[in-house]
Amino acid sequence: MDMRSPMGRVRGHGSAGEATAHFWAQRMTSLALIPLSLWFVFAAVSLVGADHATFKAFLGHHGNVLLTVLFVLVLFRHAQLGLQVVIEDYVHADGSKLASLIAVKFLAALGAASCALAAIKLAYGS
Amino acid sequence: MVEFSLPPRSKVRPGRTHKAAPDAVRMKRFHVYRYDPDSGDNPRLDTFEIDLDACGPMVLDALLKIKNEVDTTLAFRRSCREGVCGSCAFNIDGTNTLACIKPIDEIRGDVKIYPLPHMAVVKDLVVDLSLAYAQYAAIEPWLETESTPADRERRQSPEERAKLDGMWECVLCFCCQTSCPSYWWNPEKYLGPAILLQAYRWIADSRDEHTAERLDFLDDPYRLYRCHTIMNCTSTCPKDLNPGKAIAEIKKLQAQRR
Repeated sequence: MDMRSPMGRVRGHGSAGEATAHFWAQRMTSLALIPLSLWFVFAAVSLVGADHATFKAFLGHHGNVLLTVLFVLVLFRHAQLGLQVVIEDYVHADGSKLASLIAVKFLAALGAASCALAAIKLAYGS
Repeated sequence: MVEFSLPPRSKVRPGRTHKAAPDAVRMKRFHVYRYDPDSGDNPRLDTFEIDLDACGPMVLDALLKIKNEVDTTLAFRRSCREGVCGSCAFNIDGTNTLACIKPIDEIRGDVKIYPLPHMAVVKDLVVDLSLAYAQYAAIEPWLETESTPADRERRQSPEERAKLDGMWECVLCFCCQTSCPSYWWNPEKYLGPAILLQAYRWIADSRDEHTAERLDFLDDPYRLYRCHTIMNCTSTCPKDLNPGKAIAEIKKLQAQRR
């Protein structure tokens, strides 16, 4: 039973203080994703039905592998920031909130690293 | 977690029906949420048939008629009956608004009147606003200064004063506050649109010298950044104010000072 005063509940633990950095990162990644996504969709559509060799040749071009790696890194960072907000909105139990926040961060890092490595391997691997 | 259904004790059941006089020509039905904490019963929806020819034009007039002539136990807040006190805020016809400035003839079909959403109900249409009032007090809604007071009033140019337009008019009815899903999910941690509008009213005031402290207080993932620009606040405001814009201005200032 919560018998704290309304003011005590509202003041709580005070301001976390770093919230604007998260907000800013979310905006910057979404801004970067506008040209990156357009490029990626254009590239993906142009490669529909292409064989392995064509993909390899495409990613062998330095600009293409650079944009692909940038796209997946920014995409997963943006997804992680967004999912964090969703979890903070809806998950209120301390344990499951912390667990899901950690899981999202780890999975985003895993996804970003896997995609980037795959692109690099295809571009420069033998 | 988010609650997708009401707890069993909060489920609304059909209530009593109070018929209009048989000679009523322009009859309108009002479905009003009723809850009596002393009875131990679930909330219920009572129906009142009102003869509009014997009733004033606003929804509040109908509620007063019900209380005066049909059921004196109906509990609701009201005071000024002209949209300046902010007391008679209810969910009317699916939208939070002030009953005193909501014309009955704007509502097609039956009129449904519920308490403000997602607030603890004290009785009938009266909700517990103590958390929202504490949030308002927490932003220190008064002029804060460091410099020695002059022996005259603190002056402000007409342009500086104009920046407060659209904010001083807020009557703290909490229609916007209780329309915001972010506030429903995190009512203790998120300050909500009404409080953030007032927070910006003091940030925007050229005479106030505590802008830094005010922005520090708001730099929090929950207090400010739970706003996801859903904009229910702006669309429901019975005074046509724009809390969504005020919140955006605070976010802008936070970003600028990084």
